Amino acid sequence: MPASVSDPYDLAVLGAGAAGLAGAVTAAELGLSVALLDAAPQTGGQFYRHPAPAFGAVRPEALHHDWAAFAELRRRLERSDIRRLSGHHVWAVTKEDGDLWAVHAVTGPDGTGEQAVRVRARTILLATGAYERQLPFPGWTVPGVVGAGGAQAMLKSGLVLPGKRIVVAGSGPLLLAVASSLAAAGAQVPAVIEASGYLGYARHPGALAANPRKLVEAAVHGAALLRHRVRLRTRSAVTEVHGTDRVAAVTVTRLDRDWRPVRGTGRRIACDALAVGHGLVPQIELATALGCATRRTADGTSALALNAHQETSVCGLWAAGETGGVGGAPLARTEGELAGLAAAARLHGRPADEGRVRALRRRRDRMRAFADAMAAGHAPAAGWTDWLTDDTEVCRCEEVTAGTLREAVSDLGARDARTVKLLTRAGMGWCQGRMCGTAAACLAAGDGAAEPPAERRPFAVPVPLSALASSDDSTGGRPDAVPPVDD
Amino acid sequence: MLSRRSSDVIVVGAGVVGAACAYYASRAGLSVTVVDRGPVAGGTTGAGEGNLLVSDKEHGPELDLALLSTGLWQELAELLPPQIEFEPKGGLVVAADETAMRALRDFAAGQRTAGVRADEIPADRLRELEPHLTPGLAGGFHYPQDAQVMPALAAAHLLRAGGDRVCLRLGEEVTGLLTTADGAVRGVRTAVGEVSAPYVVNAAGTWGGDFARLAGVALPVLPRRGFVLVTEPLPRVVRRKVYAADYVADVASGSAALQTSAVVEGTAAGPVLIGASRERVGFDRTLSTEVLRRLAAQATALFPVLAGVRAMRTYVGFRPYLPDHLPAIGPDPRVPGLLHACGHEGAGIGLAPATGLLIARSLSGAEPPLDPGPFHPARFDAEAAV
Amino acid sequence: MARTPAELAGANPGASFEITMDGRPVPALPGQSVAAALWSAGILAWRTTRTTGRPRGAFCGIGQCYDCLATINGEPNRRACLVPASPGDAITTQEGHGHARIGV
Repeated sequence: MPASVSDPYDLAVLGAGAAGLAGAVTAAELGLSVALLDAAPQTGGQFYRHPAPAFGAVRPEALHHDWAAFAELRRRLERSDIRRLSGHHVWAVTKEDGDLWAVHAVTGPDGTGEQAVRVRARTILLATGAYERQLPFPGWTVPGVVGAGGAQAMLKSGLVLPGKRIVVAGSGPLLLAVASSLAAAGAQVPAVIEASGYLGYARHPGALAANPRKLVEAAVHGAALLRHRVRLRTRSAVTEVHGTDRVAAVTVTRLDRDWRPVRGTGRRIACDALAVGHGLVPQIELATALGCATRRTADGTSALALNAHQETSVCGLWAAGETGGVGGAPLARTEGELAGLAAAARLHGRPADEGRVRALRRRRDRMRAFADAMAAGHAPAAGWTDWLTDDTEVCRCEEVTAGTLREAVSDLGARDARTVKLLTRAGMGWCQGRMCGTAAACLAAGDGAAEPPAERRPFAVPVPLSALASSDDSTGGRPDAVPPVDD
Repeated sequence: MLSRRSSDVIVVGAGVVGAACAYYASRAGLSVTVVDRGPVAGGTTGAGEGNLLVSDKEHGPELDLALLSTGLWQELAELLPPQIEFEPKGGLVVAADETAMRALRDFAAGQRTAGVRADEIPADRLRELEPHLTPGLAGGFHYPQDAQVMPALAAAHLLRAGGDRVCLRLGEEVTGLLTTADGAVRGVRTAVGEVSAPYVVNAAGTWGGDFARLAGVALPVLPRRGFVLVTEPLPRVVRRKVYAADYVADVASGSAALQTSAVVEGTAAGPVLIGASRERVGFDRTLSTEVLRRLAAQATALFPVLAGVRAMRTYVGFRPYLPDHLPAIGPDPRVPGLLHACGHEGAGIGLAPATGLLIARSLSGAEPPLDPGPFHPARFDAEAAV
Repeated sequence: MARTPAELAGANPGASFEITMDGRPVPALPGQSVAAALWSAGILAWRTTRTTGRPRGAFCGIGQCYDCLATINGEPNRRACLVPASPGDAITTQEGHGHARIGV
């Protein structure tokens, strides 16, 4: 703990998922004063999302792989004197005089609390995870259509399903995990529809040789899917949802190698829900606002460019986990630990334990390589926009159709994502382009190659004007507005 | 790759001023090529609130330009599609105390002599006009001639309205001005090739000084940074553009230091826009929580209902500022064939049509709609450091 | 093989309580978000959009899409997938921006 409420912390960790927990406990165990901020009441981020204690769930690990690793991190957290700030939604990080960072947050379960919080720290670890990438299609706004990761998140924390007969679709290794979770929880899952030709672990056990844990995961998923009679269809996509106020069925169409729908191959599947997603997008707006360099990932998103020690291009700002490129929980834990070691080394003015660092880097590099190989197989190909009709809503928040976006390009001279947004309002709504950013960038690119969205959002979360207006002298040293629920 | 194209005039800059120049030139029968290193509305136009104001301008040449321009916007609003969100909503300037009220009265008296309509609103009637205004203000002035537009869409549609006479070359950076042996303009060189025309208009806004330098002349345009807060979508809670009396002083100030005053308006799309800040910090885009704190505090002081409303985003823009607060409009005597149309500070959207018309009249040799003398581009030469 | 999610996780929640959706009672379990409670009652939409008036509810499940915005106890635009359900919570269908009360 800092000596007084106005002293800065040595390290502020943003995000209490796998990477943030690992970074925080590593740094704290090396003697740093650490503040750990997260929007949720519980730790675990998205990967280790679990029901609140009030549920009395005795087998939370039934919905998780590698629960033991998380439980261990939680134990270390409890034994530390890390200052936990749950229910804190960070909207910006700024540099202050004297080389300190200021972390600006709003509070409450959904960030609507009146209290404005500013936490000062000498170093920052950004472990803000990722959100799900979406590619719009006709009918995707009908109730019953939910994110694939979203369905899993609601299941993990709320123990609920969006329907009884759920088609899982989109692209990426997450789909199999989602399908097996939903099926294990009692849903019928008639099919998993994968747009690429590659179904990850289930089809290419050879790629898993260097990553034995993944082999186990694959076997578990594969077996579960067989047992629940889930059909896997590659090179296909849901190109239409039927039903006006509720999903009644979907049409699945074959795709060519360019993800263009092949005419005449549409087949209907009756269902009452659709769980859809196309991989994950690193959540990096807090860093891009500070000018951190980014890199393009193998599946076409933007991730933070990090050096061997997990530091961003901005001195004193480290990142770990999905923010550096999506790669799963074990990679996140490894990177979090590396970042914690690096921050401590910087502040102590002496290098970290070489052997420990070397082992971690070896593990990280191996897992990163695997993650990149996986990602490359699922990058969306340019032809997907063919399945958009002119009246398909692309921007859900502002209800902007594909036709409007296409017109901005063809008639109004928009040639880049920012101008398309300016001329159509796509991306100007509540979610600030998270759901439609990829699609808008693809439509703006026309026949050219789409740039990954820049992920620039000066406010990471909407901020009540009263919170902005307050002189926010608080440094987060007082008791939480939302007490930690858990763990 | 060399490409030789011929137009009557090249306009450098595809923002609202460049678009207006292109439009009125095309209406005068001229063929126009608009060149911009970025997209349409890629500069300050894309960061503007869309103010079409007479209320904040004192009696003088800028006000005359604004009155002319306001009338032109009304004509354009009938011609251009409704997507430009033109709203002749009027403006309300409010005073916190009697001193400010007296200053507003004097200001309005001067403006009236130029043809501005300004109606004094006593304190007890303010909330008839704006029900959500805080009680306790000393009074205000209502300016029915103020209006609002969506700047980027207005620029885009203005460019389209020029029809076949206007050719757009976007994503193409101008790297030099081409002149004949005796120094007259014959076109521009871009990263892609050459475009030839006997006239070139500098509508490069905040980068107008940079372009002038390429042409070998000085135009001391400096960036004046402003932040805008954008709220969540709301029903109409503010009927007009409402701003505090100290806004006018901020606009007219030559100070480089941070100045903020409350400016609040609704939009057709739903969010309320909150401004206004001015400071000279070069082109620094870094978020300033202090500026945002001031903007939020001032806006919620004027409209307490906004305290519980959330800001979804903020954006930053750089107004093109010239030392005497008047734009540079018209032919440059130092380079025959070069004209300037930039330096409008925070009034570019409002003043764009009048600027475009002045330029078009100059190009076609017709009578200007008002005396262009005060906007003479070479007027800084005596003081300017090159 | 579990037949329900609760079975899978071996959940033994405290007593369920009631919230309401447009006056209709909806059971909720301690620890559930408002969105989860509504899902468990088969309610997938609790607002209509600003422009076309179409129904929306939770989509991304993690508070990033803002489709789940709900009016809870009269307060509009609460992210239902993040806000925990409390006994007696009254959810009412939100129309558009949810701020009709302050419109002039």
